[in-house]
Amino acid sequence: MADAPSVQDPTTQQTPLLSMQGISKNFPGVKANDSVEFEVRAGEVHALLGENGAGKTTLMNILYGLYQPDAGEIRYRGEVVTFRSPRDAIACGLGLVAQHFHLARRHTVAENIALGLANTPFIFPTRALRERLRELGNHYGLGVNPDARVWQLSPGERQRVEILKALIQGAEILILDEPTSVLTPQEAEALFQVVEQMTSESRAVIFISHKLDEVMRIADTISILRKGAVVGRLKRRDANPARLAELMVGRTIAPPERTSDGLRDRIVLELKGVWVRGDRGVDALKEASFRLQSGEILGVAGVAGNGQAELIEILTGLRQPSRGQILLDGEDITPLGVRGLFEAGVAHIPEDRNHVGIVPGMSVAENLVMRQYRYPPFARGALLDQKQVTRFARSSIDQYDIATPSKDTPSRLLSGGNVQKVILARELSGDPKLVVASHPTYGLDVSAAALTHELMLSQRARGAGVLLVSEDLDELMQLSNRILVLFAGQVMGTVDVEEATSETLGMMMAGAPQEAALGATTDA
Amino acid sequence: MEVDQVTYTVARALAFSTPLLWAALGEIFAERAGVVNLGVEGMMILGAVAGFIVAQTAGAPYLGLVLAATVGAAAALAHAFISITLRGNQYISGLALTIFGLGFSGLIGRSWVGKPLGTPMEFITVPGLSEIPLLGPALFTDQYLLTYVGLVTAALLWFILYYTRPGLALRTVGESPAAADATGTSVTLVRYLAVVFGGLMAGVAGGYLSIAYRPSWGEGMTNGMGWIALAIAIFSLWDPLRAVAASFFFGAFFFLSFLLQKVFPPELLTLLPYTFTIVALTVVALGKEGRAFGAPEALGLPYRRGER
Repeated sequence: MADAPSVQDPTTQQTPLLSMQGISKNFPGVKANDSVEFEVRAGEVHALLGENGAGKTTLMNILYGLYQPDAGEIRYRGEVVTFRSPRDAIACGLGLVAQHFHLARRHTVAENIALGLANTPFIFPTRALRERLRELGNHYGLGVNPDARVWQLSPGERQRVEILKALIQGAEILILDEPTSVLTPQEAEALFQVVEQMTSESRAVIFISHKLDEVMRIADTISILRKGAVVGRLKRRDANPARLAELMVGRTIAPPERTSDGLRDRIVLELKGVWVRGDRGVDALKEASFRLQSGEILGVAGVAGNGQAELIEILTGLRQPSRGQILLDGEDITPLGVRGLFEAGVAHIPEDRNHVGIVPGMSVAENLVMRQYRYPPFARGALLDQKQVTRFARSSIDQYDIATPSKDTPSRLLSGGNVQKVILARELSGDPKLVVASHPTYGLDVSAAALTHELMLSQRARGAGVLLVSEDLDELMQLSNRILVLFAGQVMGTVDVEEATSETLGMMMAGAPQEAALGATTDA
Repeated sequence: MEVDQVTYTVARALAFSTPLLWAALGEIFAERAGVVNLGVEGMMILGAVAGFIVAQTAGAPYLGLVLAATVGAAAALAHAFISITLRGNQYISGLALTIFGLGFSGLIGRSWVGKPLGTPMEFITVPGLSEIPLLGPALFTDQYLLTYVGLVTAALLWFILYYTRPGLALRTVGESPAAADATGTSVTLVRYLAVVFGGLMAGVAGGYLSIAYRPSWGEGMTNGMGWIALAIAIFSLWDPLRAVAASFFFGAFFFLSFLLQKVFPPELLTLLPYTFTIVALTVVALGKEGRAFGAPEALGLPYRRGER
């Protein structure tokens, strides 16, 4: 569509539905938005692209009336408006699907939607809603049971509820904040179709993302935000991923160089017939056996929920296997707990970095020594040597380029990428034998992800064994030497990265044995 | 004789449970909006002393009751300001309110101690219904009007909570203030209204004690009833209709603890409501995620827009 030789671009004709001019917003120590110009026209998808912490969400919170700007104005159909609260924004046809859903988990879908409607009846507020929910659901393919309670719904379904809520409120302009971060690729594609249908009905969509491929897939216009300021605006037909990435991070990003592998002189990790019982009482891992050499990255692929989480947990001491043996450098570490495994040389980069990886309310320095605080030089008997803590914190902040106002700043105030740097600095500081990394770049911006990749590679070069669990096949193929596939708790096989294709891996992830998958894809 | 004793016990338990019900209903609304108010005892006793003084000086019991409600609401306003506007610690603020209320009521009520109220509220007997055998003497003879108003209020509040738009707004504010905020509902306004309403109800409960149930003023005369009301709010799982049953249940225990103190240690009986509350809390905690009942998810948490 965008490449079609259109005589006149219809989206440049009318006045913008909504425009923001000279918007600035300061938070203590941070310029979140700096004289931002932004506009959106009917029938258009306008993507707001930027790294985490670039100010996208702040800008949208201003647009939705949740924050007041320090300077600048918002115009709706050319007229200046002031949004003191979301109520005002909703009245001008705005709808927000926030990254963290605004839903009461114990309430039903209908109850959650009813509260946002101006014409909800005083008595029996959800009664009249059902019919409209069904109509809209059918129209957009967003079917949700109105009587289901939100906690029973998957993240994708919760997102549908948010979209339905906005549509029922009469949203002409829908803001989607990182909408695909909770979706499977198929659900994301379904969302894109909903977006396309909305724009075909001359609604406008503001699509916030830091993922280049989906912005290229769905956007008509792309505004790039960096450090609170708009650094570029282009039509999709004039954009390409490399150009967008460069604008987004302010420099060209080279793909990580395949550094030499480390010395493969020993087996770092070996699992022998390991069974693990999951939370629901069923076996999450069934007789898993594999080996990981020094100087090697072993990728673990699989659809979420096929035993990856339990594998991570037994390797880091958070869960005990019910049968089988785990060897680290030939020694049995099966019975060791979290502390024992750390002392034995296992580093853990957890999936949920904000809750498992750090203590959000404690300072950067405290989080940096969260593992090592009990050993010298940080501990002197029962006392903490604050000088050593400070020295370690300063050197980590320098070495990993952690963007923090000070070492005493609470970690929750850091952006996702910087939280990950704190974790990496802590976990990798003792030159671990084994690095267990779970979705280490999930939700990170391009430059933080690149740094994480570099660190994984340098751990391999140093001779550590790295176990990398990820749902991103590109990432696995880029970094791993071998890729192990888990399906329903079983190891389906291990593929050398040279032989691996996404088709082979995909078939194995769906339960095909390795030989069959390799055979099928080489025949084709 | 035995039947008489049972009907008498039920009748007195009903009278005794009335202030528990009023105070518990108020606390349920405040907590449904996400604000714990441990100041129930304090608001009750401030209501009791203010209501008594006005009823005594003006000779008008219902005017006293109005003042009791107003004073309770005013005391709650202080708690609302600290916990909602200043986002202070709700537990500390509520405890302070109780301690303040107990002390201040003692101070201003000093010269009124031990003087019976000249014009207390009168008993009423419901015509017709009181003729029913057993139920008549147990439920409809020699009760105070506030008992029946309390029961009707409970039903009304239950309906409002679950079947009206303001009730939905209130529950959403207590479950997920961010969700309520995003729909344009003012979290601050809803919470203020709920907390002040809670104070008003506690004030009425205090007024009932000093103007009707025991028409006199004595220092500390609420005697821990505010704490029982808090326990009822939890024990009833924040549901106004269940609060009726829980109040009656606790009321009966207390009345029996007076009645049976020769044969049964009253301390043990007075312990029972708290034991049940602990059991109820345990059941709630063991329940599955997102079960229909349980403490409002944002209970005790101040709300600030956009906080991570």
